[in-house]
Parts: sequence; structure tokens; C-alpha cells
Amino acid sequence: MTGDLDFLWRAALAALAVALIAGPLGCFVVWRRMAYFGDALAHASILGLALGFMLKIDLMAGVLAGGILFAVLLFALERQKRLQSDTLLGILAHGSLAIGLCALALAPALNVDLQSLLFGDVLAVTIGDILWAWGGGLFVLAGLAILWRPLLSITAHEELARVDGVAVERTRLLFLILMALTVAVSMKVVGVLLITALLVIPPAAARPFARSPEQMAVIASAIGSASVLAGLYASLMIDLPAGPAIVAAATLIFAASMAFKRP
Amino acid sequence: MPASAPLIEGKDLALSYGQQLVLDRVSLKVSPGEIVTVVGPNGAGKTTLLKILLGLALPDAGRIQSKPNLRIGYVPQKLDIAPTLPLSAKRFLQMAAPQGNRAIEAALKRVGAPKVLETPLLGLSGGELQRVLLARALLRNPELLVLDEPVRGVDLAGQADLYELIADLRKQMGLGVIMVSHDLHLVMQATDEVLCLNGHVCCHGHPEAVSRHPEFVALFGPRVAETMALYPHHHDHVHK
Repeated sequence: MTGDLDFLWRAALAALAVALIAGPLGCFVVWRRMAYFGDALAHASILGLALGFMLKIDLMAGVLAGGILFAVLLFALERQKRLQSDTLLGILAHGSLAIGLCALALAPALNVDLQSLLFGDVLAVTIGDILWAWGGGLFVLAGLAILWRPLLSITAHEELARVDGVAVERTRLLFLILMALTVAVSMKVVGVLLITALLVIPPAAARPFARSPEQMAVIASAIGSASVLAGLYASLMIDLPAGPAIVAAATLIFAASMAFKRP
Repeated sequence: MPASAPLIEGKDLALSYGQQLVLDRVSLKVSPGEIVTVVGPNGAGKTTLLKILLGLALPDAGRIQSKPNLRIGYVPQKLDIAPTLPLSAKRFLQMAAPQGNRAIEAALKRVGAPKVLETPLLGLSGGELQRVLLARALLRNPELLVLDEPVRGVDLAGQADLYELIADLRKQMGLGVIMVSHDLHLVMQATDEVLCLNGHVCCHGHPEAVSRHPEFVALFGPRVAETMALYPHHHDHVHK
């Protein structure tokens, strides 16, 4: 009997790892007003996937390398002043999504299910995926713990932090790399199009209940985890696609949180 | 004027953005216990000048000499914190103060805002926010305060209080202060040296002298200059 539901336990394990890291990391995405960057990074990961396939390396490693490359590229490009960064992000995000989709179409042997790429396929995760999710997840959490203080400092005021001697550039770059890692880990769970939702919605829902940055991060993780469980349950009971059901659950929690005033 | 060596000194600083010359061979120095105020119209390069002194921007030409290991307390022009970031004044000050909470409470007391400790930053009034920023600068145990419009968003009575506070801090702690200001006559009473900036240094010197300088009059209009001259410059402190 339980054997039939193995896929569900696997799905829950993988998705909970994602919810756990998306909470604190997503807080910084919200505080640093980087929601659009998350989107762009996720879109770019399609290109990474295609490259990974062409180079015959592990697809996850391809996604990760693509994401890090994208983050570094953007980091470098932001120093020029010719285009403002939202325009630049728009170009890079959709440009790399389009090129990635073309590359995938051109690769004849690769039978990718575009649907699962875009919307996730959490019910089909393997043990390997789970190891990826928890390994990557713990790495991200450890990295974020180390980075927490300087990152919070540059989020409050970058120049003030710089005068105080914080290594601003290094901190920003390391944060972008943690984001790329998070995107790579989340792709299988909610898909490319919904990753930003998991980064942004739980922190936004956590805001009214938080009195400090640390509290908000923890509550966001909890809300993300609750969304994962609710979404998977709905997906089991009424046959909804799991990724979108998770995001929809998070959105409902957010809507309910609007009734509360922030402290 | 204090006789000791300057804390920081800029010589012939120049910076352009593209075609536009923002700073044109600006020189200045700040000594311990001295308050230097930079005045000038919008776009005169005041903030840019401070950023160069802070090392946040690099000049195209000129050089900066500062006391070795100079400790700087900086109050930026504005704090643009996302409303989603839950930060109390205490948590904000903790970021600058590894010394711990007792130092934070002492700093808030010193700037006359002991009650805001647990208040969210977004709930602070303009005057309280400026005091918290000042407290943050003091927590760095500075020798030099760099203040970019320290009375921004503060009502008129509060502005006078803040300038008085800055003058007191200077007196008690022997700090050098360089600040940018718009409110000419309030600041005139609390400063030793005025630097009137409009790309280049129009004039500089004691407040009374500057307010009579033809370039200052041309820049701010005779009416402002006259009001200024009517204000006697009380020295409420003695340099030793």
C-alpha cells in the first residue's frame, strides 16, 4: 500500500528542501527588490540546461553553471551605465530563454518534456534529485548563514556598509551564486516559470508576523513548507499539477496574511 | 582654527560625468574639532564631493590625504529601506555595533533619542531617523563625521536642535565634521568654515566673510546673503 505513495514522499522531501531555502533567500530577494532578477535567472537556466545537454554533462550541473554564468555576466554588465538594469534583465532573461528553447528544439536526441521544464515535475523526482535538493539546500543555508550579516548590512544601505568596511562586491556576488544554486535546485519542483513565486510569496506572506529579519526568514520557510504540503495534498486528492498547486497554496496563504497588520 | 594636522585633506579634486564637469579643482581640509559646511545649489557637486572623501567615488584628478586609519562616521542623505524589511532602530544599530547593546543605548542617549530603541525604522519621524543615523555614525567611534544633509526631513525647530547637537558632539568628542547643508542661516551659526560650492569652490572661509562674498551673493541672491549677514556668528566654544 505505502509503495504506491512512494512518489509522494519523494516529492515532499524534495519540495520541502526547496521551501526551506527559498524562505531566507527569498527574504533577501524581496528586501533587495530583486524579484525580476529571480525571474531572469530562472529563464536563463533553460539555456544552461540546453548547454549541459550539448556538452553531455549532468543536466543539473549545466543549469547551475548556466545560472552562475548569468549572475556573473549581469554583475559585470551592471557596472556599465548604458542601459538601466531592468532593461538589461529583460533582454538577458528573455533572450536566454528563447535561445535555450531553440537549442533544446535543435537537439534531436533530447526528448525533453517542455511542460515539466516550465511547470516542474515534482512527482517524478528521483532519489538523485532529492540528494541534489538537500545537498544544495544545506550548502545554500550554510552560505547564507555566513553571508547574513554583511548581506543584511548592504541591503540596509550599500554605501554605509562600504564605509564601514563591508566587502560589498564580494558579498553581492556570493549572494547571486547562492541564488543560482537555489534556482537549479528548485527547477524540478516548481519549474522555471514559478521559481520566483516560491522566492517571493512566502516572505511577503511572512512580513506581517515578523519583527526582525531573522524571524521573517524562519516564518517564510514555514509558510513555504506549509504551501508544499498543501499543494501536494491537493495534487493527490483532486489531481492538480503539483508545482502550480504549491504556488497557488502559497498565494492563498499570502492573501490571508493581508488581513494582518504588520507589527 | 585648530593647530593640529588635518584629519582629511582633498587637493584639486576634479570629476566629470561624461561631458559634464561636476567638480572643478576643489580643495578642502577638515581638522579635529572643526566643522566645515558645504553649501551650494542643487547639482553643485556637494554629495559627490563627500563621496570622494569617503572613498565611494574616485576623482578623475586630484588627491586625498587622510590621517592613517582614520575612523569615519557617515550619515548618508537618505535611507531607502524596503518596507518589507522589518528593522527596529536597535537591529539597525546592531549592524554597526559589534560592541553590544549597552553601546547602542548609550549612543541613542547621546543623540537625544533614547526611546526609539524598539521602534521600527519606518515608524520613526524625520528627526528621530536623523538622530538614529547620527547614533549609528557615533557607534563607529569616529574621528571624522561626514554628514550629507543631516537635517533632511526635519521641521525647522528640530533642525536647529540637530545643528546644536552636532556642535555639542564636536565639542565633547573633539570630532572633525564635514557636512552638506541647504539651510544656510541655521547652519551658519554652527560652523567654523563654509565652503560655497558650484562645481568649483566659489568662496570659502568664515561664515560672515562668505556671506558677503560677491560670488556667494550672486549664487544665492542678495536677499539670502543679507539675512545671513544679520545673523551674528556666536562662538559658543573655545579652541585650545
